[in-house]
Amino acid sequence: MNTMQATRLVAAREIRVKLRDRTFLISTLVFLLIAAAATILPPLLSGGPSTVAVTEAAAGPLRAAGLEVLAVPDDAAAEQAVRDGDADAAVVAGPAVLAMDDAPDDVVSALSTEPPVRLLNPDAVDPVVAFLVPFAFAFIFFITSQTFGVQIAQSIIEEKQTRIVEILVAAVPVRALLAGKMLAGTILALGQIALVAVVAVAGMTFGDNTTLLSLLGPAIGWFVPFFLLGFVLIASMWAAAGALVNRLEDIGGVSMPVQLAVMLPFFAVIFLNDNVTAMRVLSYLPFSAPTAMPLRLFTGDAAAWELIVSLALLLVTAAGFLLAGARVYEGSLLRTNGRTSIRTAWRERETLG
Amino acid sequence: MTSVLRLDGVDRSFGDRQVLKDVSFDVVAGRMTGFVGGNGAGKTTTMRIILGVLAADAGRVTWRGEPLSRDARRRFGYMPEERGLYPKMSVREQVTYLGQLHGLTADAARRATDGLLERVGLAERGNDLLETLSLGNQQRAQIAAALVHDPEVLVLDEPFSGLDPLAVDTVVGVLRERATAGAPVLFSSHQLDVVERLCDDLVIIADGSIRAAGSREQLRSAYTTPRFELVVETDAGWLRDHPGVSLVDLDGARAVFDLAAGTDEQPVLRAALERGPVRAFRPVAPSLAEIFREVAK
Repeated sequence: MNTMQATRLVAAREIRVKLRDRTFLISTLVFLLIAAAATILPPLLSGGPSTVAVTEAAAGPLRAAGLEVLAVPDDAAAEQAVRDGDADAAVVAGPAVLAMDDAPDDVVSALSTEPPVRLLNPDAVDPVVAFLVPFAFAFIFFITSQTFGVQIAQSIIEEKQTRIVEILVAAVPVRALLAGKMLAGTILALGQIALVAVVAVAGMTFGDNTTLLSLLGPAIGWFVPFFLLGFVLIASMWAAAGALVNRLEDIGGVSMPVQLAVMLPFFAVIFLNDNVTAMRVLSYLPFSAPTAMPLRLFTGDAAAWELIVSLALLLVTAAGFLLAGARVYEGSLLRTNGRTSIRTAWRERETLG
Repeated sequence: MTSVLRLDGVDRSFGDRQVLKDVSFDVVAGRMTGFVGGNGAGKTTTMRIILGVLAADAGRVTWRGEPLSRDARRRFGYMPEERGLYPKMSVREQVTYLGQLHGLTADAARRATDGLLERVGLAERGNDLLETLSLGNQQRAQIAAALVHDPEVLVLDEPFSGLDPLAVDTVVGVLRERATAGAPVLFSSHQLDVVERLCDDLVIIADGSIRAAGSREQLRSAYTTPRFELVVETDAGWLRDHPGVSLVDLDGARAVFDLAAGTDEQPVLRAALERGPVRAFRPVAPSLAEIFREVAK
């Protein structure tokens, strides 16, 4: 049996155990509900034409505009219908539009003639969407790398804490153990995101939001490689952090730098997302690139070469962190008494590997 | 040719503390070899080096004359001193998993697991999570985990510690089977009476060095002082004044004594017969504990 087969066995176990974990299943379900709600509900809530109270004589153009007409005998009855909440608006002699607290745009435009509008930059993104999309990307990366990173650390600690690690290390190469855990974490993370994406796309299609979908397409496509490498980067740090301690209770102390490495870029991208210079810098820094770069692509100000360069930088950094994480893992795996300092772990590789 | 697991000149230090000094001994196929030493003598480190969990600073470990590779070690069965399995996995599932990690196919691992769980008396509890089992049953699961891949060589660090007497019998039975089937079995223990009962060969380590190694009988005779037990009808106190005799224990009619080098025991027997009937007269073999105390000094 070679390292590859061992890695596969280890990964398969990790996934099997996780898929039976109730917390994991529930959190996945919650994500799916959020994705469905976020894409299906808005069109439904804002949806539906206004109901207009109007005398039968004036109802013609409103009906033609597709509004729902509530025929009333006179203007007083029309006003009363609005006050009672039976209608969203009323059209009275003048003509004047009555409403409670929100100007009914669709009624107004049904009664007026609009000048033709020619957009000079038809691809520009709705500012609300332009804020929500980066937030969604950053949020997905943040939550996922955090959840599955912690999971990798926990699984490492569990094996140290229960001492089964010694049996495992006697049977398979240490590298295979680590690789299996990383692989399982990545598969689970991608699987969860893919599920969320499927639900979101289905929701957008159902909610007739296909314009947004076609805009998001390339950004989502680029998000995957950035996400993958970014995940390996973060997961390597979690693996090293997990290997340094022996009890789950001690993870807090060593995980601080990892938490910061995830959280700072997250908030930077959220708060600086309309600052072009800051975003350019963030899109090259390996820790923020996974969210900042797809975002710049989405807002249309990243050239193709920039994506490649940023991705290459991220690749090199992730590979470096993976090697360093593996070394710390190998150096501290069998030190089951107390916390190992990162320096000791780095210097002394005890096992044969 | 008998198959031998051989350690040859193994050194190991942690920092500037040398815990193994030129450790060499053989573990022969088909025999149970007891590995005895005080706490911190180097037993666990030695076993970890055999399994490749730790690297040796110098020296080598060979099996059937070949230096150990990872593939060869995968056919070893190992029970570390610090026990552990996955608490939240069922016994059957994790024993099967460990079988696969040791190179069995999924099918073979399942079959081997079922057989072993039956053998150690856990068949009924196979689908229970490990953490729901009693400590004794967890130990049985641990034994199954070490044996699932039908190992060629067994290395067990304190396999009997924490076992209830019934479980000890089960484990002893299983280990004997493996030894009879031709596997070398190396086990450490600080329960000298258990080792004495079980082992064919013995390796004694103290302070990182091997102090004695060989078959139990060899060691017994090598470390035997000429000691005898005499039981007479009346008081045996006269032995005190007999030339060449030094009394070890005197309890009325029963006495245990050592003879000075070069003194024959027959004159003592004759002297006893002259005084009256002799109910017993026999050489006393030293217990393992006595040999150990002598050797590890």
